[in-house]
Amino acid sequence: MIELSDIKKAFNQGKPNEYWALHGIDLALEAGKVTAFRGPSGSGKTTLLTIVGCLSRPTSGRVRFKGEDISGLPERFLTDIRRQSFGFVFQQFNLIKGLSALENVILPAFPTGRPRRELISAADALFDQLKLGHRSAAKVEWLSGGEQQRVAIARALINDPEVIIADEPTANLDTALSKEFMAILEGFTAAGKTVLLTSHDPLVVESSAVHRVVGMRDGRLTDD
Amino acid sequence: MRPSTFAISGLAILSLAAAALLANPGQAREAEQKLADNRALVEKYGLTDLALFTEARYTRHPSQADLHSAFQDHPGALEHFPSGSLLAPRPSALKPHEPLAGKTTTPD
Amino acid sequence: MSPWLEKQLHLIDFTLASLGRRKTKNIGLLVAYTLIVFVLASLTLFTHALRSEATFVLASSPEVILQRMVAGRHDLIPPDYIEKIGRLRGVQKKEGRLWGYYYDPVLNANYTFMARPADEVKDGYIMVGNTLARERGLAAHNTISFRSYSGKLFTFEVSAVLSPDSELLSADLVLLSENDFRKFFEYPAGHFTDIALSVANPQEVRNIAAKLSSSLPDSRPILREEVLRTYQSVFDWREGIVLTVLAGAILAFAILAWEKASGLSAEEKREIGILKAIGWETGDVIRMKSWEGLLISLTAFLLGFIAAYVHVFHLGAAVFEPVLKGWSVLYPSFTLVPTIDGLQIATLFFFTVFPYTAAVLVPIWRAAITDPDAVMRA
Repeated sequence: MIELSDIKKAFNQGKPNEYWALHGIDLALEAGKVTAFRGPSGSGKTTLLTIVGCLSRPTSGRVRFKGEDISGLPERFLTDIRRQSFGFVFQQFNLIKGLSALENVILPAFPTGRPRRELISAADALFDQLKLGHRSAAKVEWLSGGEQQRVAIARALINDPEVIIADEPTANLDTALSKEFMAILEGFTAAGKTVLLTSHDPLVVESSAVHRVVGMRDGRLTDD
Repeated sequence: MRPSTFAISGLAILSLAAAALLANPGQAREAEQKLADNRALVEKYGLTDLALFTEARYTRHPSQADLHSAFQDHPGALEHFPSGSLLAPRPSALKPHEPLAGKTTTPD
Repeated sequence: MSPWLEKQLHLIDFTLASLGRRKTKNIGLLVAYTLIVFVLASLTLFTHALRSEATFVLASSPEVILQRMVAGRHDLIPPDYIEKIGRLRGVQKKEGRLWGYYYDPVLNANYTFMARPADEVKDGYIMVGNTLARERGLAAHNTISFRSYSGKLFTFEVSAVLSPDSELLSADLVLLSENDFRKFFEYPAGHFTDIALSVANPQEVRNIAAKLSSSLPDSRPILREEVLRTYQSVFDWREGIVLTVLAGAILAFAILAWEKASGLSAEEKREIGILKAIGWETGDVIRMKSWEGLLISLTAFLLGFIAAYVHVFHLGAAVFEPVLKGWSVLYPSFTLVPTIDGLQIATLFFFTVFPYTAAVLVPIWRAAITDPDAVMRA
């Protein structure tokens, strides 16, 4: 589904603090599977996810999504693809403070112009799935860590994407909540979604919910 | 109600109110009558100025006064020119005009 | 509903929700903004309405008024003066006028005394302007005494009070008979204050004025067009003074608004990053912020304008009264006839709505073009 060929990514290119985060990655990712990227911090796994998720463009190399080369597309088209096909769950959750859980969840659908009523019923359905229905009107800063993450997951799902990208999803959760997250993850697989996540949490990478683990170090893939 | 509906209807109401003010300035006929009456009054009495500032002759009748006259009719009046606002009126200026109220034999 | 419209509504929803997070601050800004628009709009509406009312009403005042000058000051018209003018082609009517000022120590105010023909005001009677009547508590058939400049006491009966609608013109008028006028001021017989001339053809006015100046070199003709021009400029000047006073407030608000609109907090920058990461385009972010600027500035403009309209045309411009009153004791109460200069309002609209919206957009533009992956890297 996603093919990466010879992906290189440099930050601050041409400046004294130039830094190469990725040194040529070749990888093919299957649809409908859970793939975990494992590696120490600074290994380039998050950078790789931003490139896969159309948040940034590689300095060189090609990204193919469903057979189409997307690495050279202008920002507008990248944003369209990102909105339709990818849902993000960030490490810090990145919810917008001061807004209710519901408002946060429907945010990614605003640019699509779907009617608000439709969005609210979709969000309500997601809240029910994630057992969060009673908290939908609460401001996000009043929610617990686990609740915040479930809001972030609901937000990632509102546009019904094919791929879910989760960056260190369990870094801010305790064991019980992490296990709960893995259960939700299995639900995604059952629904036919592709999941890409980064983690160095053994609970995640050794879980049966994860189909494939890709090791990374210093911007290169390591043998599994 | 959703916030945007509220905001947009609020703005629409305000715009309509403003447009109504612009389109129909007051009771037009009454206002026209008043203006015509005042115009007739001006013609009848040969008035030349508005009675907006009555403290001195060059403010009461700016069109009739010598524009540079440096004295004031009203003891409390200040100059017409910006420098006038820096000079206080003479304290003795009011003396010759001590109020006569109560000193007359007939009622005022 | 079309998706485009629905999307704009979503963006407005979001911008309102985020404004609602700092409610006091944003409401305070809106109030200050509305207040500035209110004062500026009041000023514009007031001066424009006053100017156009003066122009309309005074258009029927005498075409030419002839004053006699002695040593640079105007002086009485001697008895033979009117004959000296002789027949001038185009002059329909010439009449000597009698009027003067009287300082009333009771109110510490100046009145304008004006002589009228006997068929209008009989000897021993006066007609007074409504402001004067109000301040001195006069009504028809009351008597009032004035001590003349020579120290003698004169008592008059008020035969009528002039219409309250004419206060702007007649506030301090005292109309009395010619006999009374001459007796009261000990005005020399046969002398007049000035001469009013009616000229039928407006094209002739300047020629006639030139002829008058040459035949009577000690005279000063005052033309109606000059009077009207005086009024145009006198209010410009007053408006200028108020504007100068206001300039400080406007500047303070400009700084406040600029600070509020352009100072993008780290929090807001982070939010823009999040919005971009979850699928908003740069354009969506900018559109959302334009709505914010537009909503605030449009609301402030409309509220301020409507309040100014009510203030000027229904409440008699109460805020400006102290400024306009100046040192005068007799201040007419008047309601202006609403007239609106579309261009002035458009200018006000442009200068209040546009800069704020722009101030909101400039920093957003810079923040919105940052890469969306910044959220993940942080």
